[in-house]
Amino acid sequence: MTRKLLLLGVVLSFSFMATAQDDMDMLDELGEDSTLTEYATASYKSSRIINSISLENTAEGVLDLRISHRFGTLNSGADEFFGLDNANTRIGFDYGVTPWLMIGIGRSTYEKAYDGSFKVKLLKQSTGAKNMPVSLQFFSSVMINSLKAANPAQDLFTSRMGYTFQVLLGRKFSKNMTIQFMPTLVHRNFVETKAESNDVIVLGIGGRQKFSRRAAITYEFHYVLPNQLAPQYVDYSFSVGVDIETGGHVFQLFLTNSAGMNEQQFLTQNTGDWAKGDIRIGFNISRVFTVKKPK
Amino acid sequence: MLMTGVNAQKYFTRSGQISFFSSTSMEDIEAHNKTVTAIFDSKSGAIQFSVTMKSFHFEKALMQEHFNENYVESDKFPKATFKGAIDGASEIDFSKNGTHTASVKGKLTIHGVTQEITTTVTFTIKGDVVTGETKIKVNPEDYGIEIPGVVREKIAKELEITIVMNFKEKK
Repeated sequence: MTRKLLLLGVVLSFSFMATAQDDMDMLDELGEDSTLTEYATASYKSSRIINSISLENTAEGVLDLRISHRFGTLNSGADEFFGLDNANTRIGFDYGVTPWLMIGIGRSTYEKAYDGSFKVKLLKQSTGAKNMPVSLQFFSSVMINSLKAANPAQDLFTSRMGYTFQVLLGRKFSKNMTIQFMPTLVHRNFVETKAESNDVIVLGIGGRQKFSRRAAITYEFHYVLPNQLAPQYVDYSFSVGVDIETGGHVFQLFLTNSAGMNEQQFLTQNTGDWAKGDIRIGFNISRVFTVKKPK
Repeated sequence: MLMTGVNAQKYFTRSGQISFFSSTSMEDIEAHNKTVTAIFDSKSGAIQFSVTMKSFHFEKALMQEHFNENYVESDKFPKATFKGAIDGASEIDFSKNGTHTASVKGKLTIHGVTQEITTTVTFTIKGDVVTGETKIKVNPEDYGIEIPGVVREKIAKELEITIVMNFKEKK
């Protein structure tokens, strides 16, 4: 009798084990859904790194109000309150038309410049069914300065205009680190002297390093290739700062040598040099509004 | 007896729906996930589901980004899972049309934290589809999801979660 009970016990425990095994493996039986593609998201907290456009687009149907300030240089001394007494401002709006197209407009006090832009996502970084290691985007903007002409007789509207064409190639390496390259061409319709090229080629690199869930260090460096700008202009733009996100706002605080806030200005019109202390404090505030709800 | 486990009837879905809803005087938060993977064994009652956190869709893109980046940290914890058992599953005939209620008990893991939960599920069988529906209440802080003081008033203490799964027999 005991032997039969023992045998029953052993057999019963085997079937019990079989069921338990099934519990563990049930989801594994189904396997991963191989049709799912996961796209990299939130590579940056905002559509700008500091001055430059980032890999993030404003989402579809979302309007991003951006207010940017660049103060005077820190080396202007205590009298100028280390630059805080002077400020250039830009107000702009970016809007996500589709998940891959963003348009923007803005106006800066510096040179009283208007700017309009668009950015398209060509390749999106993803893993899963579709594997794409990088994001590739194209950005273009036009700038029109509306300063009163020094010589009204020579005032051609088109002389006020400049165009920027930029390719963004980047990758979100981890949830904390994103890096992108930005080869750029700036075309100025009118330049002051022969020393200046109408077409200026600039190479840029930028990125962000998150150090907490809501904050990140941001940086960007652009280098203007030689023999394109007049000697009074500095051939680089370097900015480094911090992004802080709270609810619907992103605050970007940083140091930069660039006074301008549109591509033509901060890439080809820099007069400040970090080595000489021509460093400016700047900040950007970004606030998003959902204008069109997704279906 | 050894064969019991192997011959069991299994029902599964890859398009299960989970929605959650939080309502406060400050803000309403609503999200839907329509790609939940779930499977249950009608003889043993074992039931499991797996939710990809990044597949929760919100009306506001920024809310979705915050949900993933700041709250559930979906890069660290990409899936929420449930492993449990349907009480009295062997007494339900899943092949005949009808409605049954059963208690389901098990372990729910969100954000890397596991909690025991119990809920009542209504199973409706119509043709070859078995629909399981239930509502559960979840407190995000029970799962280690930190809600910063600044936004505490915007998120309800307990979120109402609605689960609807349309299962089909796994052949």
